[in-house]
Amino acid sequence: MKELALHILDIAENSINADADKLYIEINEEIKQNKFEIIIEDNGKGIKKELLENITDPFITSRTTRPVGLGLSLFKAAAERCDGCFRIKSNKNGTLVRAVFEHDHIDRAPLGNISQTIVSILLWESNVDLTYNHTYDNQQFVFDTKEIKSELGDVKITDNKILNWLKEYIDENVSQIRGGEFN
Amino acid sequence: MKSLDELRELREEVEKDLKMRRETNKTKIIIGMGTCGIAAGAREILKAVMEEIDKRDLDVEVTQTGCIGMCEKEPLMDVQLPGKDRITYGNLTKDDVKRIIVNHVINGNVVDELVIARLEE
Repeated sequence: MKELALHILDIAENSINADADKLYIEINEEIKQNKFEIIIEDNGKGIKKELLENITDPFITSRTTRPVGLGLSLFKAAAERCDGCFRIKSNKNGTLVRAVFEHDHIDRAPLGNISQTIVSILLWESNVDLTYNHTYDNQQFVFDTKEIKSELGDVKITDNKILNWLKEYIDENVSQIRGGEFN
Repeated sequence: MKSLDELRELREEVEKDLKMRRETNKTKIIIGMGTCGIAAGAREILKAVMEEIDKRDLDVEVTQTGCIGMCEKEPLMDVQLPGKDRITYGNLTKDDVKRIIVNHVINGNVVDELVIARLEE
């Protein structure tokens, strides 16, 4: 994947398929510690124990159409390529995926278009309550669809005008906490 | 800097729009968003679709789907006009999206050279 935001979109799709209605995405960038951490947590139905042990093997998947699943394998490989680490925890109450990258590693993909990732998730499953919590050193931006939905009342969050507005809103805020950095 | 106050104003605007729109029998656009689709650029295809809808003020329903087993032809996008066949387009670029929106979604003419499958209604 060319962007970390694309991995996030891909993993979030697993959450939606696991019937999650809460999705928590956290990004921690700590420049001094040279750390880029991504956490994706959901309250979906979880991954069965026997599957979980080998879930990052590309030939292990819960999909029934075909016995190959690449999403988690690719994410893990991306983290390990950057001298980082990858963990997955899951039980019947949900799944937590955590990947850590060396921030300045030459192979670390840029964060990329995180706002488009978020609106893509919302357009996919608008019922999910999504929280996005991004910190960059001591700067923080929190985006919570619960708050947005209460502002919107009867207007759907998936309305194209609303999504386009949200995209700009997220872009501006993320860019601000990162001091204008686009990597 | 955008604020949530601005969102409130936008909400009123959208509420006015919604009164003029119909709820059923909309044209559907479906984008493949499995791992294969995402890796091939599906998110940018979705972005292009959203931009076209915005630019041309279209009333269509956009949804996404997982991997349908045609990974080598990703990014994929289906268009279904009300009561018409569901057409699958493949190997798409952002420019193809514009062509499909103008020719097929707006004017009802299928863009034959980009079609990879057709599902009869």
